[in-house]
Amino acid sequence: MTVTHSTFIRRSLVEPEPPPIARQGSLIFTRGRLLDRPTNIALTALSAMIIVLLGWPTVRFLFIDAVWDGASRVDCLSETLGREVGACWPFIKAKLPQLMYGFYPESERWRVDVTYAIGIMLLVPLLIPRVPGKAPNAILFFAVFPVIGFFLLVGGVLGLPHVETRLWGGLLITLVISFAGIIFSLPLGVVLALGRRSQLPILRALCIAFIELWRGIPLITVLFFATYMLPFFLPENWRIDPLLRVLIGVVLFAGAYMAEVVRGGLQAIPRGQFEGAMALGLGYWRMTGLVVLPQALRLVIPGIVNSFISLFKDTSLVLIVAMFDLLGQLRAAFADPTWAAPTTLLTGFAFAGLLYFAVSFGMSRYALFMERRLSSRALHTS
Amino acid sequence: MSDSPGVYVSGDIRSGSVAPRVPLRHNPRFRALVSQLILLIVVLWLGYELALNVRSNLRAQQITSGFGFLFNTAGFGVNQSLIAYNESDTYGRVFLVGLCNTLLVAGIGIVLATLLGFIIGIARLSPSWLLARLAGAYVELIRNLPLLFQILFWYLAVLGTLPGPRQSLSVGGAIFLNNRGLLLPAPLAGKGAGYVIAAFVVGLLATLALMVWAKRRQARTGARVPSAWGGVFLLMTPPVVALVATGFPITLERPELRGFNFVGGIRLLPEFVALLLALTIYTAAFIAEIVRAGILAVPLGQTEAAFALGLRRSLTLRLVIIPQALRVIVPPLTNQYLNLTKNSSLAIAIGYPDLFAVFAGTTLNQTGQAIEIIGITMSVYLLLSLLTSALMNWYNARTGMAECR
Repeated sequence: MTVTHSTFIRRSLVEPEPPPIARQGSLIFTRGRLLDRPTNIALTALSAMIIVLLGWPTVRFLFIDAVWDGASRVDCLSETLGREVGACWPFIKAKLPQLMYGFYPESERWRVDVTYAIGIMLLVPLLIPRVPGKAPNAILFFAVFPVIGFFLLVGGVLGLPHVETRLWGGLLITLVISFAGIIFSLPLGVVLALGRRSQLPILRALCIAFIELWRGIPLITVLFFATYMLPFFLPENWRIDPLLRVLIGVVLFAGAYMAEVVRGGLQAIPRGQFEGAMALGLGYWRMTGLVVLPQALRLVIPGIVNSFISLFKDTSLVLIVAMFDLLGQLRAAFADPTWAAPTTLLTGFAFAGLLYFAVSFGMSRYALFMERRLSSRALHTS
Repeated sequence: MSDSPGVYVSGDIRSGSVAPRVPLRHNPRFRALVSQLILLIVVLWLGYELALNVRSNLRAQQITSGFGFLFNTAGFGVNQSLIAYNESDTYGRVFLVGLCNTLLVAGIGIVLATLLGFIIGIARLSPSWLLARLAGAYVELIRNLPLLFQILFWYLAVLGTLPGPRQSLSVGGAIFLNNRGLLLPAPLAGKGAGYVIAAFVVGLLATLALMVWAKRRQARTGARVPSAWGGVFLLMTPPVVALVATGFPITLERPELRGFNFVGGIRLLPEFVALLLALTIYTAAFIAEIVRAGILAVPLGQTEAAFALGLRRSLTLRLVIIPQALRVIVPPLTNQYLNLTKNSSLAIAIGYPDLFAVFAGTTLNQTGQAIEIIGITMSVYLLLSLLTSALMNWYNARTGMAECR
């Protein structure tokens, strides 16, 4: 193997290759993702136009032209200020107690705040996967907290004055209905889902009929059912609180949807788990309680969070049956002549919209995060 | 999960002829039968108790029961009805008026939401980063705000603050928008309009026949028939000829401002416009996600294979991607249509006279017959949803969706 055998020896160096085409960097990004073809240039220009046309007036309305201080509608009129007027924030400041608490007595509002504080203290560690002690935490949040919250908000014990539910309103009602709806619909949903997958034909038929009945009708008919029809079904001397009536309707409705969410989780459990449990000699209840449900419920956490989001949004419907939730209080606030200025409507919608959006969007991001975590874990174990 | 008794009894196993003796209370079949019988009895007893309660409550409050009220005079006006209606008509008629209004807003809403949803869904997959992001922001914003909030927003904050009829916003002097609603030009049928409509139907049938023939021919011989232009010709010619021959009997009547209000044309109530806008925009956000997921569900290899076969980009989309994406898209899409129809019941919040507002709202208030009225209303929505799911099952069976899963 010597060099002399070869017939050709290159005498000059090879010309250097041109540098590789850059795949990163802002200029490349602009050229590749925004302006690479004529149609793309047009689409990008169109989107930029839409963003500017919608975004700039919004920013002007919310911040630049906004009025920050004032005592009544006069401070939010362009005639008084001599300029274009945007959002009328003093309107929100004046109506904030009603939007948050409704007509809950002012001296008792600390009870609502304490309830919120306990709820958040229990919820936050429950949502973070790394924090240990999930089981006691979940029991505290799902079983103990509702009881504490009930007595704190309703009162009548331990020297706390009784506060009637018709005084409740605003965000308080929104949160109470969506929280209680989820807490109570979860066990109902589990029972219905197990019934729907049962081998017993009558039980299965009853569960399917129940689920499809509630899923087939709009929530507003459910609320009407609870408000106007439910009292007829109860013994004459039973008087149930309007809020409780609405809650019963919401729980039945949400329970049917929850059943489908839980069923999804049950179906995702491999057959081998059932067979393994049966081979160990576990009966139906112990198989379900010790093997199937713990796995299935963990799988449906994103689904439960998504149900909470839709319930949180749907709670606004109670204003149609004359309960004043956040949206209902907002509508009532618009009717106040003290604040009847042209921009109060948009200001109110902007405030309530931000609140609704912040909660729903935050929760949906959390559901997405849990979904990714669960699916990556499933990949590792299988 | 077999029906055979899974109980092990020691001793007799080796002598196969003797079946293991299981006490009856441990026999799974027997247990299943008994527990279900108990369940059935409890449910029936509960139903009986509820019925008794209803009877005594109705008697105590002196409310008549039964469906006789449907034939009583309603005595209230409805500000929009597709069928002839006046105050002396019956509650049964009110029900029909409401049902028509619900179907009207749902039908138009479904068409518009589908259009907008497909546009936004495709925009989310646009190669233009900015457009994709903009469509994503639309979906996130709309999905995270309650529908009722959006209905009230359009009704109170947008349509409610429009100027009066004299300062209406106008498009080309034919469409007007003011705080009393949206005014559109109305087609007026004169003498001979029937011929034009008949000619249009003939053209439509001829086009369909051409399409069927072209498809069969392609299946038989493999040769494509360029039927598009022929179809346009067949579709357009008969009505145009008929229009000219009968001297343009169909005219558009423009709404005109007379005094303080508009005369002529079609007036859409602001409630209708607000409800339609909110339903369309809300449902479109969900449809956009479905469309995006459907298109992404078609594997990239399908596109590459189509290109390798020499299909152009447009043909690839039309013949390869869309048919496969549709199989994924259609089932959840029907679900959204159903949701839109159910959500139209929120009309009661702004006073659009849909089924729920005029029947479960006004009629319930006047007659007090909550059980019958809410029962009827629930059944209508339930029937719609059962029909839709039956339709969906049929579609799934036809397109072989079940096998794909």
